[in-house]
Amino acid sequence: MIRVERRLGVPRWLPYVVPVGSLVAAAVITAIVLLLSRHNPVTTYQQIYQSAFVSPGAMSSTFVYATPLLFTGLCAAVAFRMKVWNIGGEGQLYMGAVGASGAGLALAGLPAPVILLAMVVAGMLAGAVWSAIPGLLRAFLRTNEILTSLMLNYVAGLFLYYLIYDSASYWRDLSSPSAKVFPVGKNLEPSAAWPAWHVAGLVIPMGFLVGVGVAGLLLGVIKLTRMGFEMRVIGEAPAAARYAGMRTRRAVAWVMAASGAFAGLGGASQIGDFGHVLDPRGLQQASYGYTGIVVAALARYNPLAVVVVSFLIGALTNAGFALQGPQFPAGLVGAMEGIILFSVLAGEVLARYRVVRGRPSAPPSEPGRSGVEVDRAEGVPGQPVGEVAP
Amino acid sequence: MNSSLAVSLVVSAIIYGTPLLLAGLGELLTERSGVLNLGVEGMMLMGAVTAFWTAQRLPGSGPVVLVAAIAAAAVAGGVMALIHAFLSITLRANQIVSGLALTIFAGAAGLSSYLGQEWRLGGEAGRHQLQALNVASLKDVPIAGPILFHQDGLVYLSWLLVIVVAWYLYRTRPGLYLRSVGESPAAADAMGIGVTRYRYTHTVVGGALAGIGGSYFTLALSAQWTDGLTAGAGWIAIALVIFAFWRPGYLLIGAYFFGLLSGLGFDLQARGVQAPSEFFSAIPYLMTVVVLVAVSTGWAKRQLGVPAALGTPYAREEGS
Repeated sequence: MIRVERRLGVPRWLPYVVPVGSLVAAAVITAIVLLLSRHNPVTTYQQIYQSAFVSPGAMSSTFVYATPLLFTGLCAAVAFRMKVWNIGGEGQLYMGAVGASGAGLALAGLPAPVILLAMVVAGMLAGAVWSAIPGLLRAFLRTNEILTSLMLNYVAGLFLYYLIYDSASYWRDLSSPSAKVFPVGKNLEPSAAWPAWHVAGLVIPMGFLVGVGVAGLLLGVIKLTRMGFEMRVIGEAPAAARYAGMRTRRAVAWVMAASGAFAGLGGASQIGDFGHVLDPRGLQQASYGYTGIVVAALARYNPLAVVVVSFLIGALTNAGFALQGPQFPAGLVGAMEGIILFSVLAGEVLARYRVVRGRPSAPPSEPGRSGVEVDRAEGVPGQPVGEVAP
Repeated sequence: MNSSLAVSLVVSAIIYGTPLLLAGLGELLTERSGVLNLGVEGMMLMGAVTAFWTAQRLPGSGPVVLVAAIAAAAVAGGVMALIHAFLSITLRANQIVSGLALTIFAGAAGLSSYLGQEWRLGGEAGRHQLQALNVASLKDVPIAGPILFHQDGLVYLSWLLVIVVAWYLYRTRPGLYLRSVGESPAAADAMGIGVTRYRYTHTVVGGALAGIGGSYFTLALSAQWTDGLTAGAGWIAIALVIFAFWRPGYLLIGAYFFGLLSGLGFDLQARGVQAPSEFFSAIPYLMTVVVLVAVSTGWAKRQLGVPAALGTPYAREEGS
């Protein structure tokens, strides 16, 4: 019989050991999966390392995948911190791309900085509006936001297909006969392409730098402002927040909208930095929204750590696409991301608790420790019923 | 509306609703024990891929192979659920993140896709498919015939399971214990009920049913394997459990309602209704949102049967 007992005091090394330990554990478990399916884990890991960091252009291409993950990671981090479960980063990213490409097309001819700014704003707005639907429903009707935000991912995905493949929408290129038969989106003007930073042979997309700035700003808001404090209280102890007179509903709705705005900015960057055209398949191929959840959890929901982790997971995603083929197992990257997430969860718990085998030892008599305190200190969502109910 | 159209709509509702019903019943049992498992989509895909592999590779006659394929799907789903059970029950990890992790791990871009490629299932035409049974030779009876007496084995199994689960929950002692574990694990524990054991058992059984639900995709709905072919059915199944107020009978109605919506697009398009196909495809997802909003209203809240301890891990106070 395995049991876990709470440690008294959270150790200082926790923020570092858990993510690093999780990655190591995930690598070991993935190696076992590879061995079981008769792949050589050493060769596979070497291949991943090569194509993520070493091969010509590999680093720049890792940035390409890290950029959207940085935004979807921030999207998940800001919401999950407050125990608002926005699983809709995927759809919010699509909508951000729709908004940004729409703005880019509409403003063709204006000076580049104006277009750039409009794309950023339109992308963030579109993402925020899309996430405000589950956000407002959660805040004012207590509708389960996990399921509503997730369902809207599928709707947004279908909307993309509708815009490009099944309608004569503003986004679709209908100027040539071939474009009428093989549907594609309208290309944005070169002036709508975001500049990139070329340094030491690397190409760092502007979106990534913007993301770093947003992450820093977000950390400042969380650590230094009253809003950030309220977010923490509402996340950790919603009842206490209500008694203290905090407007929890409003905060939930705003955090959900901000979360969607980050994903929407990721969508804008997909258009401005990379695609320059609304491409449903390209946006959907890497499921950035879902991977963002892995990024956020591995970063322990810390915005600055999201920057670092998005680079690591971006490297993994990059390698997955570079190695795609009959020799390289298709779902390996996704499975590995799942294993990383499992390891993070187990790691969080193991760091806070001691594993005990057998019957519990005699309970230490600690008068004055109430059940409420134990619940809170467990660091698990001691949620009231309504948090998972509609 | 003539009767043949109505009958064909009901039949398609049953066919498309069956995987939702099976997976929903599983999730209902899991949630009744107080464990929320958001990994249904991943477990269904694992069930779908293992069932298809078994059906393609196992020699033998059709019915035997199909039973083995369904059993394999149940095992695959159960094993996946065991991961979630260990993390959320033993380690008391966050159930929401653990369930999401399971869907990412096993889902459309994860292990199910990995296995589909390893087993080279992509593009293969299915060897064995579930055939509709002609029960008591009554399939030609008007109206009732095609609906009640001409379905495949998994449909009949799902009907049986609705009855069994309802009977188990409301008429047996373990069912009563299960409900008490989901409502108040501390009280159940004080009564001497093994909370951990109940939660493990029902999480794993829930996973097995999700796996069987997934197998319906590769064994009946489409005779092939493609990555992510469940297309969100697992998530709709979770929503259905809420929609059904955690009651098996309502779950049957809800599953067939969503089955009807899923089949409706094909039916309407076949009958020449003009609208973009994306619109029909989006109906089940949009309707899930609408239904979730509807059950959030005050009236529905009073009817709800949400297990009070859903989503919260249980730890005895002693020594913690």
